[in-house]
Parts: sequence; C-alpha cells; structure tokens
Amino acid sequence: MKPVVFAAGLLPLGYCIWQVVSLSLGKTHQLGADPGEAIVLFNGEWALRFLLLTLCVTPVRQIFRWPEIARIRRMLGLFCFTYAVLHVCSYIAFLLEFQFSDLFQDVLKRPYITVGFTALMGLIPLAATSNRWMVRRLKQRWRTLHRLIYIILPLVLVHLIWLTRSDYTEAIVYSVVGALLLAYRLRPYLRRSG
Amino acid sequence: MLIKRNTPAIKSSEITDEQLYINRRNLLKTAGTALGAMAVPVLANTPKRKVLRHDETVIGSTPDWMQEKLGRTVPGNFSTDEPVTPFEYITKYNNFYEFGTDKEDPSRNAKDFHTDPWSVEIMGEAEVTGQFTLEDILRPHPLEERIYRLRCVEAWSMVVPWIGFPLADLIKRFKPTSKAKYVRFETLFDPERMPGQRSFFSAIDYPYVEGLRMDEATNELALMVVGLYGQHLPPQNGAPLRLVIPWKYGFKSIKSIVRIEFTSRRPRTTWERSAPNEYGFYANVNPNVDHPRWSQATERRLPGSLFRPQRMETMMFNGYGPQVAHLYSDLNLKRNF
Repeated sequence: MKPVVFAAGLLPLGYCIWQVVSLSLGKTHQLGADPGEAIVLFNGEWALRFLLLTLCVTPVRQIFRWPEIARIRRMLGLFCFTYAVLHVCSYIAFLLEFQFSDLFQDVLKRPYITVGFTALMGLIPLAATSNRWMVRRLKQRWRTLHRLIYIILPLVLVHLIWLTRSDYTEAIVYSVVGALLLAYRLRPYLRRSG
Repeated sequence: MLIKRNTPAIKSSEITDEQLYINRRNLLKTAGTALGAMAVPVLANTPKRKVLRHDETVIGSTPDWMQEKLGRTVPGNFSTDEPVTPFEYITKYNNFYEFGTDKEDPSRNAKDFHTDPWSVEIMGEAEVTGQFTLEDILRPHPLEERIYRLRCVEAWSMVVPWIGFPLADLIKRFKPTSKAKYVRFETLFDPERMPGQRSFFSAIDYPYVEGLRMDEATNELALMVVGLYGQHLPPQNGAPLRLVIPWKYGFKSIKSIVRIEFTSRRPRTTWERSAPNEYGFYANVNPNVDHPRWSQATERRLPGSLFRPQRMETMMFNGYGPQVAHLYSDLNLKRNF
C-alpha cells in the first residue's frame, strides 16, 4: 500500500513541475496569466487536502476495523508538510520576489497570513518528530505533541476563510469536513459528560 | 499637491505591435526600475498608431451594425507606451463573479452568453428616461480606441486596448437635472444565464451595482466600452456594454450594464455592501492606502512570468492624476478609500 500512496502523493507535485516546465519552455500550460499565484494556491490547497486525509486515518481505522491503514498516516502527514512548505516557498519566491521585509510586514499586518504562518510553524515540530526514533524517544509525550494538529487544522481553515473574497462554498466544504474530523475526536469526552 | 508629486509627466508615444511584445519585455527587463517613470498616460494630438487587432476567434456573436461600427473605430488620444497585454490573457483571466469566482471561470461559463438583443434602461433624475435598445444607445457615438492600464484591487494589472466612447457624451444626451449628483449602474441579473448568481454561499448580493459621482462620470477618461483589440467585447469581458474607469480599481468598471440611473443619493455599491472596511465607494487606485489584507503599494503586471520580475510600484490614480486629481482636492483619500 505504501508505494502506491507515495506515488499518488507525488502526483500533484509532478503536475506542478510539468506546468512550470511547460510555462518556461513557452508551451501551453494551465497556470493562466498569473502563474505565481496559481502555483501558490495549488500547493496550499493540496497541503490542506493532505492534512484532512491524515486526520481521516484514525476514524477509518476504527470504523472499518482496518488496522493496516495506520501505516500510511505518517506519509500523509509528511505530504501535508511538503505541500505547505512549497506553498510558502512559492509565495516568497513568486509573489514577494524574495523581498523579505515584505514578508515580515505581511506576517505581522495581515491576519490571514499570521494564522497561516503560525500553522506552518506548528507543522515543523510534527514533521521533525515523525521519524521512528523520535516516536520511541518521546514516548507518551509524542502523542501530546502531535495533538498540536487539532490546533493547526482550525488555523488553516481560518486562513482559508479569511482569504476568501466572495464565494464561501469551497471554504465551507473544507470546514465541514474538518469539523467532522475534529468532532470524531471529541466523542469520548462528549459521551463521558453526557 | 501631495497628489501631483506622484503623477508622472505626460508624454506621447506609439504602441508596440503584439509581435514585438516579447522583445519589448526583454528590453523592459533591462530598463529595470526606470519603467515606473516611463509608464505614463498620453495625450497627443492625432495619434499615428493603428487600432490593435488580434487574430483569434472571439467568443460570442455580435450583430452586423455593431460589427460595422467597430470597423470604423479610430485610435483615440489616450494611450501608453507600455506593452499591451496579449488578447488571450485579457480574455482568459477575468473577475466576473456572475460567471464564477476562479479567474478562468468566466471564459468557460460565458461561452453561450448571448448579448443580442440587449437593452438599457435610463432612469432617475433626467429629462430623457426610458428603455433603449443597445443600437439606440450607441448610434450617435463614434468609437475610439484607448489603451488604458487596468489595476485590479487584488494587486495585479494589465494594459488593455479598449474600444468605446466617453461616458460624458452619453450622459449629456439624457439631460440629467440639477438633482442628479450621482450615476448608478447595474449589471444584468439573470441567474439562468449567469451561474455565479445561483451560488448558495456567495457573499455578494446580485445584481452587481456600481456608482460614480457626476463629476467623475463626466470626466474625459470615463469610458463606455463595447470592444477590445479591434473587435466586439467577449462576454467574459462584460459584453455588450461596460464601463472602464482607469484611475479606479477594476471592480468599479462594471460589466454587462442594463440600467443607468441618475440619482441625488450616493448609491451603495456591491463591494461596499459586501465588506465596507475593505472596499470603499471611491476605490481610487492609491498606493498609500492598503487593503486590509494586502498592500497596494506595488502591483504585478500580467501576464506574469515566474522568474522575471513583473512587480512594479503602483502609481497614484493609476498614473492618471493629471486628468483626475483635481476631482479629489477636498477629499481625505485615506478615509474615503
């Protein structure tokens, strides 16, 4: 299963590279008049999709009694991180054109970038501690640390909602999926108090 | 005076062929930041340039009388020496939320949007009001080509060869009364033909409404547009009749107009209603007043290329200060953004 998921996870990246190569060779491409922005949005959207997929693993495992699926969770999480990093890098490269003073301005002054940036900062320790050695070393603390994802997901969704200008359909679809995945985690607590 | 400082001097020059576009780009690259200073609006006597054309098939059809009228278009006095954005980008990268919110949506979804017959209702504080066919609206006005910069509120910009006639000339015909202080414009409302108007979670109230102060509407730069690159407007660009206000952010340039009203009260415009802290009634291009979510100090000239800088400084009133700055001499532009 792992190689298949790995290959599938690389497909968006491959598509992105293919489009960038076509663009720079002057061939037909799907990036439109503002390719920089198209690439930033493309990678951002895939980061969010992989984040939601990562959070699907546990519910799927429990509901369908399918323990093997847990094996791809780390990979999905790392794909989320990869696309998030590409999202930010392409933003810095293509939209800010490496004007780092503007980056700090943006992060400080623009709330949707502030939350997006915070979410990325939160992903870094999770990616860094995703290897087996760290899992073993951190033991119980690893689980606590990785609960950070339950804060990161709402931040990412707020980032999406705040950058939406007019049609909230897409933001609402992602938010509903995200809310369901978080609610699933809250079940035991709700049951206990009820 | 504060406004004058930001506006470059007026200089006349000709327009580059589309074929020379790429060469031009390289030249401009080496010119670097000098570009900002060169990018100027132009007032000349009789322009020597020819009306720009393209050789692609335009989506949508147009009646014969319109085709003939477009054929008689002459180059107008307003132009710029900046490279003109190629036709395919002007027509495939659009904000026209009635046809979808992605930039490519309008060119896809407006394919079957037929704009003949079309009529426009003139109403409000004017001596002549009523329902007019598009032909009646256009008949007395000779068409001219003007090459304007278009600065979107989203911080990208293009250079577009519009075909149209001064809004002031149209307004004169309806003899607005002394009560007419503002002009209100409305886009077609037809959810059957405009899929974006059917969206359930839209933050926008349709029909789309825009407005201008009377002195803004009668300014020489305010243009009623029916064509683009020598031919009729494709539907995604606002066929068959749209407004172009080059010193204001693009959303003021309302598309597919069906209603023009002269009114004593300032119209509440669509974006103002949707997010009053982000979009004001005036919406003048102003590098000193940021949008709450992004800076307006610079803009990205489209089409973008990933590895060559296309970012340039935004000019006060989009560089049209000499023509329009006097309209706002008494206005606090920070508060009235």
